[in-house]
Amino acid sequence: MVDRPTTRRTILTGGATAIAALGLAGCEKITNNPLARQVLDGVGGLNRKAQEAILGSEQLAPEYELSDVSTMFYANGSTDPDDERYKAMAAKGFDTYKLVVDGLVERPLELTMAELRAMPVRTQITRHDCVEGWSCIGQWTGTPLQGVLDRAGVKATARYVVFHCFDTMDDGDPSGPTPFYGSVDLLAARHPQTILAYDMGGKPLEVKYGAPLRLRVERQLGYKMTKYIKRIQLMEDFKDIGQGKGGYWEDSGYQWYAGI
Amino acid sequence: MSLAEAERDDPVVSNDDAVPKGKEQHLVTLVKRHSVVVRVTHWITVLCLTMLLMSGLQIFNARPQLDFGNKTDFDHPPVAIDSDKVDGKARGYVRIGEHRFDTTGVLGLSDFEGKPTERAFPSWATLPGEQDLGTGRAIHFVFAWLFVANGLVYLVWGFATRHFRRDFVPSRFQWRHIGGEILDHARLRFPKGEKARQYNAIQKITYFLVALVLLPLLVVAGWTMSPGLDAAFPFLLHIFGGRQTARSVHFFAAFGVVLFVLVHVALVLLSGLFNNMRSMISGWYDIGQERGTHG
Repeated sequence: MVDRPTTRRTILTGGATAIAALGLAGCEKITNNPLARQVLDGVGGLNRKAQEAILGSEQLAPEYELSDVSTMFYANGSTDPDDERYKAMAAKGFDTYKLVVDGLVERPLELTMAELRAMPVRTQITRHDCVEGWSCIGQWTGTPLQGVLDRAGVKATARYVVFHCFDTMDDGDPSGPTPFYGSVDLLAARHPQTILAYDMGGKPLEVKYGAPLRLRVERQLGYKMTKYIKRIQLMEDFKDIGQGKGGYWEDSGYQWYAGI
Repeated sequence: MSLAEAERDDPVVSNDDAVPKGKEQHLVTLVKRHSVVVRVTHWITVLCLTMLLMSGLQIFNARPQLDFGNKTDFDHPPVAIDSDKVDGKARGYVRIGEHRFDTTGVLGLSDFEGKPTERAFPSWATLPGEQDLGTGRAIHFVFAWLFVANGLVYLVWGFATRHFRRDFVPSRFQWRHIGGEILDHARLRFPKGEKARQYNAIQKITYFLVALVLLPLLVVAGWTMSPGLDAAFPFLLHIFGGRQTARSVHFFAAFGVVLFVLVHVALVLLSGLFNNMRSMISGWYDIGQERGTHG
């Protein structure tokens, strides 16, 4: 489970182990050393705890002016899902699309795009920071995730919001393409700038940007901002999904907490 | 007066065992130069900077270009390390503004596991050696925490004990004689005897700039790349003028640290490797007194 509590002792022993592992094992083998891996993951937890301590639940990511918007917003990850059901929906302008909200909720939902658009609207011009180092500024319109969660009624045991997507990643896995998914905790999910975006620059999202619905979690890096959302599942933990690290990119080696 | 007596007269610890035969004119005069806090934090800093620089190059390789402001210019970044084909052969290059430098073999294109591979910084300079951004970032953060914790211990200690005031701020006398000192430094004439008891003005200014300006700037520019910390401290973006500028400052400051380390290590070698290493490990430094000037 990712949410391992980080105590001072884990940090201290972690630091010492990391130094020993890096110094002795020859830096190449670090990913294979379970102890070193634990240290590296532990520091991911430390980054998260530190930022949670510094960041209130309401502090907003900086917002920009319309004139700041990037002329060319870079699109990476999936840009054209292969899924047949998705392709058929896209061909009809997503009229048949329904967002499923289930898991640890009082009232499982199925919301059409029309219903989502009828919910409270928030428009924000924010900076998208990629883990690779680039930044773009875009204008996003959508409905705050908070409202959708309230409508479904989150059960007390729920801790994570898991996003299941239409796209798959072909990473050479012999068992076939890997379904894309991602997750955030309820703190990030309930943040006022966390929206299920359906418009970009005042127009419906293009396919390459995640049509018909994508996540914006503005206080984290771009790889948390799941595109092509088909289902939102409230869960106590995500260890049984994918490789259990909370998302496709996390399973591929990125830290679950992406605030830094 | 015998050699041994002369040494006993000396107010600081001397060790005649260390005087090589036939070199009687040189008296070993050991002074306690570095406190334990300076020594321990120095070596932790060496470890951290090594790991941070190598994992930092791994991270940089994921997007080997530098920008200014808040947005990336994908078409024509101000600084880029890249590769392309020239007459059918792959070449690595660095482009700064309109100037292009062929850097094949090192930057832009270098051998990885025996094959010419497109990568900004070569495998031997990055941690880990293969392209692995997730692991590079994880390592970077382990040593970033250690670096900051260690740096805070040093900063608090340095201000509390007036170490910075005493050792990083040239005296009025030193300012007045800085011209001669620069000349001596350029001729690699290092101070001996009483003059070597404290840092010279160039050392003081350099350590001031590195420990109190460059390294803190590097840390704060690093924080400014974090979308979470930008929400908590929006003024960071105003200080630097955008996340991409902060990224460039972070990179150039790291480059500045590398330049400092190269000069620092060269001067350590030229001014006496053994003496310098002893002083940074045990604290004791031989100020190399000339016989006859003392005792």
